[in-house]
Amino acid sequence: MRIALFVTCLADTLFPGVGRATVELLERLGHVVEFPEAQTCCGQMHVNTGYVRDALPLVRHFVEVFEPYEVIVAPSGSCVGAVRHQHAMVASTGGDEELARRAEAVAGRTYELSQLLVDVLGVQDVGAFYPHRVTYHPTCHSLRLLRVGERPLRLLRNVAGIDLVELPDADVCCGFGGTFALKNADVSTAMLADKMRNVVGTGAEVCAAGDSSCLMHIGGGLSRLRAGVRTVHLAEILASTREAR
Amino acid sequence: MSARDEVLSRIRAAVGANAGAPPGGDSLAAGTSGEVPRDYRIRREASEGELIDLLADRLVGYRATVRRTSQAELAAAIREALTQRRARRVVVPPGLDLPALPPGVQAVADDGFSAQELDGFDGAITAAAVAVAETGTIILDGSADQGRRAITLVPDYHLCIVRADQVVALVPEAIRRLRPDRPLTLISGPSATSDIELERVEGVHGPRTLHVILVDAS
Amino acid sequence: MSTNGDPGAAPAGSMTFLGMPTAPRGVGHLRGSEPFPVAARRGLADTQQRRNLAKATASIRAKRAAVVGEVPDWEELREAARAIKAATMAHLDRYLEQLEAQVTARGGVVHWARDAGEANAIVVGLVRAAGASEAVKVKSLATDEIGLNEALAAAGIQAHETDLAELIVQLGQDWPSHILVPAIHRNRAEIREIFLREMGDVDPGLTDVPAALAEAARRHLRRRFLSAKVGISGANFAVADSGALCVVESEGNGRMCLTLPETLITVMGIEKVIPAWRDLEVFLQLLPRSSTGERMNPYTSIWTGVTPADGPRNFHLVLLDNGRTAALADETGRSALHCIRCSACMNVCPVYERAGGHAYGSIYPGPIGAILSPQLTGIEDNPSLPYASSLCGACYDVCPVKIDIPSVLVHLRARHVEAARHVGLLPGPEAITMAAAAWVMASPARFATAQRAGRIGRALGRGGPIRSLPPPLSAWTRSRDLPLPAATSFRDWWRRDHQPGKAPGQHHGEPR
Repeated sequence: MRIALFVTCLADTLFPGVGRATVELLERLGHVVEFPEAQTCCGQMHVNTGYVRDALPLVRHFVEVFEPYEVIVAPSGSCVGAVRHQHAMVASTGGDEELARRAEAVAGRTYELSQLLVDVLGVQDVGAFYPHRVTYHPTCHSLRLLRVGERPLRLLRNVAGIDLVELPDADVCCGFGGTFALKNADVSTAMLADKMRNVVGTGAEVCAAGDSSCLMHIGGGLSRLRAGVRTVHLAEILASTREAR
Repeated sequence: MSARDEVLSRIRAAVGANAGAPPGGDSLAAGTSGEVPRDYRIRREASEGELIDLLADRLVGYRATVRRTSQAELAAAIREALTQRRARRVVVPPGLDLPALPPGVQAVADDGFSAQELDGFDGAITAAAVAVAETGTIILDGSADQGRRAITLVPDYHLCIVRADQVVALVPEAIRRLRPDRPLTLISGPSATSDIELERVEGVHGPRTLHVILVDAS
Repeated sequence: MSTNGDPGAAPAGSMTFLGMPTAPRGVGHLRGSEPFPVAARRGLADTQQRRNLAKATASIRAKRAAVVGEVPDWEELREAARAIKAATMAHLDRYLEQLEAQVTARGGVVHWARDAGEANAIVVGLVRAAGASEAVKVKSLATDEIGLNEALAAAGIQAHETDLAELIVQLGQDWPSHILVPAIHRNRAEIREIFLREMGDVDPGLTDVPAALAEAARRHLRRRFLSAKVGISGANFAVADSGALCVVESEGNGRMCLTLPETLITVMGIEKVIPAWRDLEVFLQLLPRSSTGERMNPYTSIWTGVTPADGPRNFHLVLLDNGRTAALADETGRSALHCIRCSACMNVCPVYERAGGHAYGSIYPGPIGAILSPQLTGIEDNPSLPYASSLCGACYDVCPVKIDIPSVLVHLRARHVEAARHVGLLPGPEAITMAAAAWVMASPARFATAQRAGRIGRALGRGGPIRSLPPPLSAWTRSRDLPLPAATSFRDWWRRDHQPGKAPGQHHGEPR
């Protein structure tokens, strides 16, 4: 299958390893990955901060870039959430109903990574090897907006060598919330403290999730505390195999 | 412009094209029926025995005292409850059929007593209109055998007689049986609060003791 | 039509300017004195409240989950409730007229109040007409919203709160922090202290065992109940096709206030009307399970107008607007009016749990407060509330009437930005940054250039993560490290190094 990758502006700039892992994983599974180089950003940050008008050109650009593709994947529950639940609204609010229609169509073909693997590619064992103790945090957009449910866990459970431990209060928000982390930094930090407490309490070496944004927040806190736990994206775990690099 | 006119005109301006008649024409209830998907349960099939069992179970869970009896044994059950309670003077609705009471127990027909006068009674005995098994709810509707609302509110003890054929499974079934214009009281256990550190405490206002006699059809 | 010039009243995406009046300033309790982030800091530092709230909300969540899990048609009930509320709002004028006709036909008197001040004046007048200088009150958020107790006091009328928690709050001269358990921020020792200090007739040997405290409250209030001439209440629901009003409660004080006094005054927001008698079957299932986590609350009272020889001889229903029509004018925001005040959203909100109810500055706190309060007051009077959320969506999952709170929050944020633009407050630094970011990201060439330029940030970290940045990003680095911009971006790797099918290996993740 030809799959277009929407790498997300955050991963592109700060966590390119997530993008690389996504590419390697899909290629290993026998698919062809395209990277439309004109891509930029889904506009979620603008919409969530109230700058809906400013997001319109971003939505238009996203639709133009990805419209030609049959299947689009992003290693981010929140970005796919934005594409599916905000793009048409941004277009309508901007008075462009034609764009709204096109955005809906593209959104219908845009998947978060675990959705793509399980629902579209029909695979739950990707042949990965990752001999570490891992706890998984289900990010809010994946959990509640996209309703990916058990898919990430099913994928992780099939990873050879993994020691998967359940995260207590997993479904409680980590406190990132985009600009919330800055505008309400104190509450955000309080929520982060509880998330970190739960992560560290599992004895895991790695905290995994499907969203680089949440991982940046949780990882940033763990790093500040020198907690000895690192954050790794779901894609990176699934892309890992027995062969050494 | 009167406040009424202004509020209504604001609503019409706010709602725009929708203001005025809802779909379905003048029958407003029909209008909502058309727009509202009612796929929830409106009836649950169960035997009378199952329903009584469930109701009794729920009531016990609420810390009400429950006694099951037959029609033949009802009088004895009432006498026993009152004796156990050591009630001396109880108020009863004028339309309630009561058997003979134990010696020393006086049943006084409600005659528009004041709240202070009601406070002087040890308890009240009433029938019920309908009961909901799933939620453990007994509903009074102010009929002659249930009386006005104050008599089951002020005295500290309420003895309620519920017949098997009055028990339904679900809330929608009960709503269907009730007349909307009657003063209704839905009772699910004795009064309680969880306002202090969320610890449930029984008996704030309202009768602190609820005693229910469930009468089987047999 | 009068307007207070509220640009925030314009629904986003619409060119019209409805200028719907909002709840007036200077009366009632819908506005805080500080922005949420500032007020939240106090709540965060209040360790007793943190502990009480964490314990309380965890307990209610578990109870709710258990009783909701039992109900096989829970989602169908939620959908019916959502549809009933939406249909109600769409024809609100007709339903209110019908309600008025029914209540009047059964001997009640209906009054209309444009705003809080008008409602207070009506109630004061009615209490005076009843020849009373005091009244017993059932908890009513609407009366708290309009500041009724203060208005009555100013008129020389003493209102006695009778809900245990409201009593605790009133005696403690405090303010409610949760709509269902208003005294949740108090522990039993504090409550005992308040009772000893403020209840004239209490036993000096009073312990702090909850049962003893409840007993003290019962004795203190019973005298009032049995002698009160006027009762004041709110209403959970009002049925348009029959005129029935419904009050859902636990302690019995509601029944006392609704039944014993000769005059009953009910203050109700106009959004509480429901079309038909059978609609109650939906809400009476959703409300108790969502609020206290019970299959049914101990007492629910339903009455229509006046019933001769049973209950009050005089019944007055005061219908309150106070900004509800402003919310109604916003097609997306109006779903906030569907709320049945169960508080389930508060009990699952991680922000509310840590910041506490007082941080929202309004009688309506938590997720619902964040969307309702700004619409009732106009956005510029509560501009920080729509941002008091990480948009996690836990509230939407538990809302019994399916209010999509996250979407309304985002919508109100957009209205706030548009309102600021409209009155020329923009562009401020945030807006400039946002516009610049959008400009950069609308073009792949500009984006790539910015990425390359951003790599200069690598100098900030000296090989490790960035631990400190100047404002505004200091808000991040106060408590979190930030990774350095990658030496090679993804797109650079794709262009330069990507070879399909190249040897795989282990991924250890970027240092974050």
